[in-house]
This record gives sequence, structure tokens and C-alpha cells, in this order.
Amino acid sequence: MAFEGLSEKLQDTFKKLRGKGKLSEKDVKDALREVRMALLQADVNFKVVKDFIKAVEKEAVGESVLKSITPGQQVIKIVNDELIKLLGGSAVKLELTKAKPHSILLAGLQGAGKTTHAGKIALHLRKNGRNPLLVACDVYRPAAIDQLKILGEQIDIDVFSIDGEKDVVKIAKEAKDYAINQANDVLIVDTAGRLHVDSTLMEELKSLKNHLDPDEILLVVDAMTGQDAVNVAQTFNKDIDVTGIVMTKMDGDTRGGAALSIRAVTGSPIKFIGTGEKLNALEAFYPDRMSSRILGMGDVLTLIEKAQTSFDQDKMQKLEERIKKDKFTFNDFLLQLEQMKDMGPLEDLLGMIPGMGNNKQLKNLQVDENELKSIEAIVLSMTHQERENPEILNSSRKKRIAQGSGTSVQMVNRLLKQFSQTRKMLKQFNTGGKGKKSKFKFPF
Amino acid sequence: MSLIKKMKEGLSKTRNSLSQKLFDTFIKYKYISEELYEDLEETLITADISAELAFEFLDQLRDNAANKKIEEVSLLYDELKDILANAIPREEKINIANELNVILLVGVNGVGKTTSAGKIAKMLNDDGKKTMLVAADTFRAAAAEQLTVWAQRSNSLIVKHETGSDPAAVIFDAIHSARARNVDVLIVDTAGRLHNKKNLMNELAKINRVLGREIEGAPHETLLVLDATTGQNGLYQAEAFNEATQLSGMILTKMDGTAKGGIIFNISKEFGVPVKYIGVGEKVEDLIPFERNEFIRALFEDVK
Repeated sequence: MAFEGLSEKLQDTFKKLRGKGKLSEKDVKDALREVRMALLQADVNFKVVKDFIKAVEKEAVGESVLKSITPGQQVIKIVNDELIKLLGGSAVKLELTKAKPHSILLAGLQGAGKTTHAGKIALHLRKNGRNPLLVACDVYRPAAIDQLKILGEQIDIDVFSIDGEKDVVKIAKEAKDYAINQANDVLIVDTAGRLHVDSTLMEELKSLKNHLDPDEILLVVDAMTGQDAVNVAQTFNKDIDVTGIVMTKMDGDTRGGAALSIRAVTGSPIKFIGTGEKLNALEAFYPDRMSSRILGMGDVLTLIEKAQTSFDQDKMQKLEERIKKDKFTFNDFLLQLEQMKDMGPLEDLLGMIPGMGNNKQLKNLQVDENELKSIEAIVLSMTHQERENPEILNSSRKKRIAQGSGTSVQMVNRLLKQFSQTRKMLKQFNTGGKGKKSKFKFPF
Repeated sequence: MSLIKKMKEGLSKTRNSLSQKLFDTFIKYKYISEELYEDLEETLITADISAELAFEFLDQLRDNAANKKIEEVSLLYDELKDILANAIPREEKINIANELNVILLVGVNGVGKTTSAGKIAKMLNDDGKKTMLVAADTFRAAAAEQLTVWAQRSNSLIVKHETGSDPAAVIFDAIHSARARNVDVLIVDTAGRLHNKKNLMNELAKINRVLGREIEGAPHETLLVLDATTGQNGLYQAEAFNEATQLSGMILTKMDGTAKGGIIFNISKEFGVPVKYIGVGEKVEDLIPFERNEFIRALFEDVK
């Protein structure tokens, strides 16, 4: 989970501050020293950290903080506010405002994920009612054009390429004509990865930019990038006037300090984050959410949003009713399992829950998705009657289920035991104190 | 072009940014002072050496300076150079002395595994070995096509299956084909995977087991391909891949940019895994053996 480590460190620091009724100037400085180390460890650029600490210190050492009733909270608030400010304030969307067909140019170092994100952005735009065209301008990397074609096929979006053509401006020119003919309203131009110090290739990018006059010029950056991120971003920004950033591989465990650095040195907003290899793994970047994640307050907003889009509200309401009536069966369990799967990997979800980020035990807990598959297979191997009335399961039925699901009788037994425990627990929720009952809501 | 020259050329950008800075630092200061140490701190940290380790190096430098009564700035510089050099393992040749050798390439997405596979094949072919590339990245779109181009460029054999097939099956096939055709070295290109994805790491461990079962002692080399621009996350990558596959070495790629690759100091400290090659460009011959002394010397040579 991105930023997890940083939030752990900051939380440790602030636990010390929270305990204090009154802070001295030295307390604040000590805390900020630890904030500095945490940010450096998170790969935030050395100079960016320096400026950040200065800004926070100026605010935090003020009298109003030192004399306030909860100085620790005040310092946290200031760090949080400054982080949000550094990350860019509020979420910024793609801006397609120039003449049609619009164009989006993707640029960056080798291996940042440009080709994959060209596909992701195309899919995102189509979901928003656009008719995008992918344009293959990576004429150097072997099979890069094939890769884009395959991605285009997967999402059923047209890919424009010219076999053997090395002149990217010519490709872009013809792509534009093609787009006008085919009524495509946005061109997404994938380019070859290049080092910012490669002047020949940077020139190529400049002429591509001049010809296309893109609505958006997105710099695609690997979230795991270290201190060098500022050099890369600065040069690309100077040469082609970057309008936005895409941070990729955010589903790794990198703390992603590069996001802060790049935002700080280019002034360009982070528009998307890539969170997986699948083509729908593209999310908007929310500075405030990311900041609360940094500070260990959990990414509850994203979690709720995920739950809302993935869960069928009607079905869940019915499920809640059934739980209240103590009628929770394996059929309900199956439904719940399916909806959970729609939300994405469980580990990701756990990380979004406040306090889970720095829970040492949970950190080592890896949710085995394969085990979930076995559980599902077991339930699916039951007859309808068995799912509604697990009590009727005798040893011959269990044996049949184990065979049918490719598991063992022991696994079937274990699931039954867990199920009856869950049922008991749900019952307790319902029959518990009156206040509790009214407060209880099924998690999603 | 001689190897040394190429290495220097490849490293020149790195050298310029790290040691030019060091050089500036040393001419800026006539005497050893607190400001000098602060400048050194910035230089080391912006090279992606962790802040903690940078402090360790500088503490050691202070101690050595006190013990050896170092008063001259240039001597202090020599001392730092020694400390840094001693912090990374000596160079080691790759182990390909067996009848059929296996080199397994692992790493996160986009670090340059496929490109490095092609470059290693070329290097070994030039050395008179018969190599076969194995397209065990069956996940990424067009990964096998990309490796096929590298097979042509390096004049190697290649074994590939359909996208989406079992990588272990590709490897199994390749081993049989390699035995039939008297291949000396199998170079296995795997799919990029983030090290925190448990299932994907399990898959890699399985590939590792299949290799060991089919060929005694295989994989003979398991190389972590590491992007030189990687920050502190590189340490976690090394940790996780080492756990899944017992790394025998690393390839530090994209060293022709401005990134300094300082994370190898942290990885060396924790795991002692040596860097075996560095990647210095996109051409098939742009891979050179890592040489510690040359590496350190090249980093600092324009200071003298």
C-alpha cells in the first residue's frame, strides 16, 4: 500500500506528541526531524523536504499552537494541510478544451507504463462517452506497437499505426486525418520511453508536441522513482510543458514520495494513478485522500466509493434484513462473497481502513485469494437445500461436496464451523443491547 | 570499443552528477567544516542512498577523520571514497560453468528484464556459448514478440508459448528443447511483478522449483533486474525477490540517465547481493559487467 510506511512513521511520531498537554518549541522540532526522515525515506526529494519542513515549522512553532489545548493535534493538522497543499489541493480532471479531435500525448522514461496507461486512459474516456483512438508512436521498442494493438483489441478500441514508419510526426498527422474520418474525438498518443538527457529523442518529442498541439501532455512516472524524479520531471516539463502527471504502479508498497516531489517541481497536477495491470486499474488522484493516507487516517473515502460502486444496494438491504431475522444462510454468504470480489484484492481494502495501515499483525496477514476460491467452490457444490439448511449436512453429503469442489472433508468441516461461528456472531449483534442493535449496520 | 571505455562512457552522466557535485563541494571548502558534511549529506541522499545509511557513512567518515587526523579536504574525500567502495561487494562473474546453465531474470514491471535478457544472450553468444531465450512472461501483451526481436538481434534460439499460458510449461518445454539442441545457457525472461503481490511471487517461487527439479543446481543465476532510478522501494524489492528465489546477483539498468543507483548500497548492506551487470543504453551491446573499483573510480574520477 502506497505511503503506508510513511504514515506508520508519522503516527509513531505523533503518538508522542499526542500524549503531551503542552508542547515546547523543542518538541515540535524533534517531531519535525522525524517527519523529515520519514519523508526522505519515502523518496521525497531532498530539497522538497527541506522546503516542506520549513513551511510546517513556521506554522507549528507559532504561539497559537504551543498554547492551544491540543498542541499535538494542531501540529498534525498543519502537517496534513501542508501535505495537501504540496500534493496539489484538489483533484484535477483531464481538460479537453482545444479543437476536435482532441489529443493527449503520453511521455516518460522507459518502463514507466506509458503503453499500458494509454490503454487505461482510452478505456476511461470511452466510459465517459468519448470515442478515443490509440496512436502508436513508439517506433523504437521492439513489439511496442504490437503491445498497443493487443491492448486496443482487449478493450475494443481502434489503434492507428503505420508499419515500418519511423517519422512520428507523420504518424500523428495521418492519425489525425484518420480520426476525423472515423469520427474519433480524442487521440491518445503513445510514445517511446526516453531518457530526459537524450537530446535527439527529446527533440522528436518537441516536434511531435508542436505538430499535435495536444490538449493534455501527460508525464507518466513510476511511483517507485527515487530522488531523480525531480530531474526527470524538470527536464520533460521544460522541453514539452507537461500539463499533468500519471503516477503508475501505485499498487506496490512504495511510499510514493516522488508524487510529492514532481508536483512540487513542475506545478503540474497529478491527474491519474495506476493501481494494477488490468486496464480498468486507473483512478483519479485525490490529494486530500492521499494526505490522510500518509498521516495514517486511512483512505476511508476511497473505500466507501469502492463499496458503493461494487455493491448492489438492494441486495445488501435484503441481506441485512435476513441477518436481522437470523436467517443468514450459505446462499447469502455466497452473495456476499461475490460482492466482495468485485471490490478488488482484500489486502488493498484492508489498507484503506483507518488504523489498519499500521497494524503490525495485519500487515503480515496476507489474504489468500485462492482460499476464497476454495470456499466458493465448496458452497457452489452444495445443493440449494443444503445451502439453506446446513444442519442437514451428514458425512456422506460432506464427502460429496468435498469431491465436487476439489477440496477435502476437513476443509468442508472447517468452513461449516466458521459459518456457524459467523452466524452466532451475527445473532449476538442482533440480540445485543438495544442501543447496539440500532447502531449496528452491516459493514457495507 | 574497450570495455572500460564503454563503462566510463555509460557512467559518465552518473559520474558527472554525483562526482561533479562532490568536486564542487570539495573546492568550495578549504577546511573541513559542518557545512561541508551537510553538503556531503545532501549529495549522498540525492543519490538515493537512504538518509539513515548516508548518516552512517558520514559518521564513519567523521570517526575515521578524527582517528587518522585527517585535516585536508581532499584526503577526506579519499576516505569517503574508500568507505563507499567497501560498502558494496566485490564483482563476481556469473556462474555458467555447468553443462546446461540457467539464468533467471526477475523484477518488478518496466525495469528492463526483456531487454537485459537479449543483451546477456548477445554477450554470451559473442563468448562462444549457445544460448536460448525463454519467454516465460506469458502475461504482458506482446512480451514474447519483444523477446523474439531480441533473439534475432542476439542471434539466439527462443522458446515461446501463447499469451496467457503457464510460464512453468514454457520453461519445461525450453529445457527439453535445450537438451536436444545442446544449448549452453537458458535465459529465462519472467513477467514483471510487484513484489507485494503474494500470488505472483508464489508463481515465481514455483518457476524456481520447476527449474531446480529439472536441472541440478538450477537456476544457476537468479538476477534481480533493478531500475537505477528506483528509490528506497528497491530494498523491499530485493527483500521479496530474494525470499522467493534466492538472488545471486543484480543487473542495474538505465545507468545512462542521471539516476545514481545509490539504492545498491542499502541492498548490499542488507543482503550482500552483488551487482553483476549494468545497463547503459538501448542497443544490444549496451550491457557491461559491473566492476566495483572501476565503478567507484568512474564515479569520482574527475575530482582528481
